[in-house]
Amino acid sequence: MPSYVIIGEGAAGISALEAIRSLDADGQVTIICDEAAGYYSRPGLAYYITGEITEDCLYPFEKVDFNRLKVNFINGRVKSILPAEHRLELDNGNSMAYNRLLIAVGAQALKAKVPGAELEGVVKLDNLEDANRIMKIARKRHTAIIVGGGITALELVEGFRARGVRVHYFLRGDRYWSNVLDETESRIVEKRLKEEGVRIHYQTELGEILGKHGRVSGVLTTTGEHIPCDIVGVAIGIQPRKGIGESAGLKTGRGILVDEYLRTSEEDVFAAGDVAEVYDPTVGKAILDSLWTPARRQGYTAGLNMAGKKVPYYKGVPFNVTRLAGLTTTIIGALGGREEDADVVGIVRGDSEGWRQMPDALVAQANFDINRMRLQVGERNLLGAVLMGDQTLSRAIHRLVVDKVDITPIREKILNPNGSVVDAIGDFWTALASTSER
Amino acid sequence: MNLKDWISGASTRRQVIVEAQVVPESVRCVQCGICSYHCPIGIDVRRHAWLGTPVTDSHCITCGECIARCPRGVLRFDKTRLFVDLQQYAQGSRDVQDSPKVGYA
Repeated sequence: MPSYVIIGEGAAGISALEAIRSLDADGQVTIICDEAAGYYSRPGLAYYITGEITEDCLYPFEKVDFNRLKVNFINGRVKSILPAEHRLELDNGNSMAYNRLLIAVGAQALKAKVPGAELEGVVKLDNLEDANRIMKIARKRHTAIIVGGGITALELVEGFRARGVRVHYFLRGDRYWSNVLDETESRIVEKRLKEEGVRIHYQTELGEILGKHGRVSGVLTTTGEHIPCDIVGVAIGIQPRKGIGESAGLKTGRGILVDEYLRTSEEDVFAAGDVAEVYDPTVGKAILDSLWTPARRQGYTAGLNMAGKKVPYYKGVPFNVTRLAGLTTTIIGALGGREEDADVVGIVRGDSEGWRQMPDALVAQANFDINRMRLQVGERNLLGAVLMGDQTLSRAIHRLVVDKVDITPIREKILNPNGSVVDAIGDFWTALASTSER
Repeated sequence: MNLKDWISGASTRRQVIVEAQVVPESVRCVQCGICSYHCPIGIDVRRHAWLGTPVTDSHCITCGECIARCPRGVLRFDKTRLFVDLQQYAQGSRDVQDSPKVGYA
């Protein structure tokens, strides 16, 4: 009877567990997780800190689910993996054998490389513990300075704002998330933040965090401006937690390198989710994602392969839905190698390097009051899209991009600046859906 | 109800009660649980989103609270398909095509 060990209990780890159990009802499966909380929704933390949901709501599975999946849970940290012996060692000195191992430990926030980064009051948002800390300090303190870009930075901004903390948001450049959003989209987000009372400081870079008695008391910008505050939130990017793989002698790049079967350089060791750098045969290189659905699909695929199948991971079109300053935003496909984003290092949560592929495309757009739709229109099909606010067409557009539907019949209509893109897509999709059974 | 009607707001509350059910689009979901949290009947809508199955619970009053609260537009009303086998629905549905349940298992 084979024994499987999964390190990490996020979307990838849980999906691997489900996949293993779909093929192997009796094998022994153990999950080792360094968080006592186990499986919870990391993206849900954003809504937890704004107060929209309670903590118990973060847990998608109940005890009966874990019982059904017959899994042993160990709360602990893996110290080392010995692939040659098919064994791993835990921090508490225990040792454990495995036949197949999955590393799904995710990624962690990068620290700000400025003096004072270790002071009490400097926070990040990686996990539940961070979220609870944020909620605790927000109660007694008054002013937060947030640095960074992408989704997590806004989660911090909105979280503190929702808790009545004054928020200054530093942007190094001229606009928000410039390597994914275009200028109009950035401005929509910034405008809404300002309406919420957030003070945005453009072209402002954190130089030093100042402290009193070990606690944050203010910051100095690189130009020497002094702003008093008692919280500093940092979301400048994430880094795969590849250390455990590195010390085990696995091949690593920016993450733990895996082939299309999610297998590392060691036969019986797999990696999936944010920690993995997955080789994509269609583009001939490895790309980093930090997205829920790819993590889930990678975990599931790895699980099947661990249990004896040989199933390749198909990367698919990068896709995410998130909420930016209260606006539901869908990001699909190739959007172009927009300008460098000085606020982040590499990749942020909810980000995909796939979006930065430059499409050979024209841009069509429709602007409404707070809604916006941007389409990357290729020669024959849609290559990417950003939808902010109204999501009525998002499912249709997602399918058009994923299925590479030939849009030549409506291409001109879409690109006509005086026409209605919404109607053109809507009519096209309705006709398409009715001919294909649905 | 077709898409144009949705856009123009032609679908009425009455239509929804009579012929709709809540349908998730798994690839959009991150399991935050806001839907389950707000369901007045206590249906675990989030689980439906994980599995990619429509909310067929007969207690669902199609109030639309879960749809309105979801920050990621995962849920929508769609026509009830009373006589379609659920598993088949999941397999054939274009919405759950990217979900791990389909195409691998």
